[in-house]
Amino acid sequence: MHRYVLGRLLGAIPTLFLIVTISFFLIRIAPGGPFDLERPLEAKVMENLNRIYHLDQPLWNQYLLYLKSIAALDFGPSFYFRDFTINELFAQSLPISIQLGLTALCVALVVGGVLGIIAALRQNQATDYTVMTAATLGVTIPNFVIAPILTLTLGVWLGWLPVGGWNGGAFLNVILPVVTLALPQVAVVARLTRGSMIEALRSNHVRTARAYGLTNYMVIVVHALRGAVLPVVSYLGPAAAALLTGSVVVETIFGIPGIGRYFVQGALNRDYTLVMGTVVVVACFVILFNLIVDLLYALLDPRVRYD
Amino acid sequence: MTTPLLETGKTPAQGRSLWDDARDRLLANRAAVASMIVLSAITLISILGPMLSPHSFDKVYRGYVKVPASLSAYPKPDEIEPAFRALLKRARVTIVDYAREGDEVVVDIASKREIDPRTVRYVDRSDMFENAVLEGFSTDKKSAVLRADINFVHFYFGTDANGRDMMTRTFIAGRVSLTIGLLATVVAITIGVIYGATSGYLGGRIDQMMMRVVDVLYSLPFIFFVIMLVVFFGRNFILMFIAVGAVEWLDMARIVRGQTLTIKRQEYVQAAEAMGVSDGGILKRHIIPNTLGPVVVYMTLLVPKVILLESFLSFLGLGVQEPMTSWGVLISEGARNLQGAPWMLIFPSIFLTSTLFALNFIGDGLRDALDPKDR
Repeated sequence: MHRYVLGRLLGAIPTLFLIVTISFFLIRIAPGGPFDLERPLEAKVMENLNRIYHLDQPLWNQYLLYLKSIAALDFGPSFYFRDFTINELFAQSLPISIQLGLTALCVALVVGGVLGIIAALRQNQATDYTVMTAATLGVTIPNFVIAPILTLTLGVWLGWLPVGGWNGGAFLNVILPVVTLALPQVAVVARLTRGSMIEALRSNHVRTARAYGLTNYMVIVVHALRGAVLPVVSYLGPAAAALLTGSVVVETIFGIPGIGRYFVQGALNRDYTLVMGTVVVVACFVILFNLIVDLLYALLDPRVRYD
Repeated sequence: MTTPLLETGKTPAQGRSLWDDARDRLLANRAAVASMIVLSAITLISILGPMLSPHSFDKVYRGYVKVPASLSAYPKPDEIEPAFRALLKRARVTIVDYAREGDEVVVDIASKREIDPRTVRYVDRSDMFENAVLEGFSTDKKSAVLRADINFVHFYFGTDANGRDMMTRTFIAGRVSLTIGLLATVVAITIGVIYGATSGYLGGRIDQMMMRVVDVLYSLPFIFFVIMLVVFFGRNFILMFIAVGAVEWLDMARIVRGQTLTIKRQEYVQAAEAMGVSDGGILKRHIIPNTLGPVVVYMTLLVPKVILLESFLSFLGLGVQEPMTSWGVLISEGARNLQGAPWMLIFPSIFLTSTLFALNFIGDGLRDALDPKDR
């Protein structure tokens, strides 16, 4: 088990290296540079800036320099947010995004799971159809529509919740962003849980459990759910990575200082180090969560072993 | 000499292919059939609507900025007189007598100086009136009768913040969104199917290499990739969505590869190999056609995904550019104007959501219909 985890983590290094390489050269061949402003800077200023950020050196040298600094976990200075290093920016924003994403993930898992189980137990009844219609709606309405509707009804007209801002993660401020982030995930989790739960409820081991006279709770939660949760787990791996690394839409609309905004800002302003930093962070999360999913699989499904 | 067939007098039972079965089961699924009807209606409206609509999608009505959706015509009866008086005030003539005859306004006007015949231009320029004529000049040309038709227009979906008809814009947006969805999906499916089938069929080290590439691309943050593509291709939307399709093929490649791995061990593939059919021929004739079931299902789910992605890009300001529009652009504009002009959000949202809804149901229906376990 330990050897498997270690092997996977070591195997991630070449992947990360490839990702860094691809994205480094991809953003460098994109037209424009970080200091191309509406009004061009003076030649001398430009020259100095380029020298400080090593932009005057050949691309190959810059790449090696970057690899060296990233090996020491130093993402370098930001080109756009002067006076900040990428590490400082991430240290501020990443915890916020993780907190938000984790809360949304838990909400999605609990609410979506419960809805899915209820729908599966009442298959082809009114409850089932209601839940599934709501779930399809949840998948189809984009979150930048849900967010303004929520702020307008709950924030402006009813005045119950603040419409934006982080406020140090106060409970009231977190509700709307978490709900917006969680709704589509709730929908997907509910659909997946319903589908696999229906299959699990028809399977032989559940029938046996029923024949033993186990309580409904034991049959559903212990015997059926354990098998039914597998597709949800494999869906939640990439979804969790996406949630924890922040959502551009939610962070923009609710004015939350998370890491999601940096994707767009970095790429549009050609803030090379910022873009590379976000790419590496997201890639790490994706790799990590894929590993977690595989380990959870082994935990839930006794047929899967990594020895 | 008689054949046993003739002796028994029976015709051989007609074979039923997988696709015949699937079609029957799909047609028995009411939700899927209803969805197909809705989807074709929306497609038809999007194609024909802009041609049939009296408004052009980029025509600006300055007199009707953000007017609410309404079944009755604009201008409203109580708006006509003040609007007309305001126009003539700007033309610097005074109104002696105002009268409305049916769909026509008849006004006696007077001025301190000679009335310029070009005064009618002030009236014609407005969106509310047309065909203005000056007649019955007095001898000193200081008074006359001005007649103008009231130009009744309908805005069934209201107008946007620039005074453009929302209905025509919603239809035009449907064209753009559906085209984008289809285009990107076709690109993604083509790349994914060819890549996945090749990788799965060739197997071994090549397969490992090819799937490794997919894994690496998978870990690249998707938004970053799309933004870089937008930066490269500029704001040319066709190129851009070919590019988006080129990013979305990863899932497809994985699914098709998995399918191919099972298909290539079937007897008919081995038979083809034994007969000396080339690898390319086997892929084309035997492997790819047999992977199409899951591909079709995935396609119906990919179209909504791409449409949503386009609207997300439009939300960031990277999508389709003005005056062209898409459902995503309209919705993000509508979300910004939600407080004062809810119709700007409601109508495009209805269209987008029902399209996505329909596609989802069709996808589910197809999945059930093509599922061999479910017979």
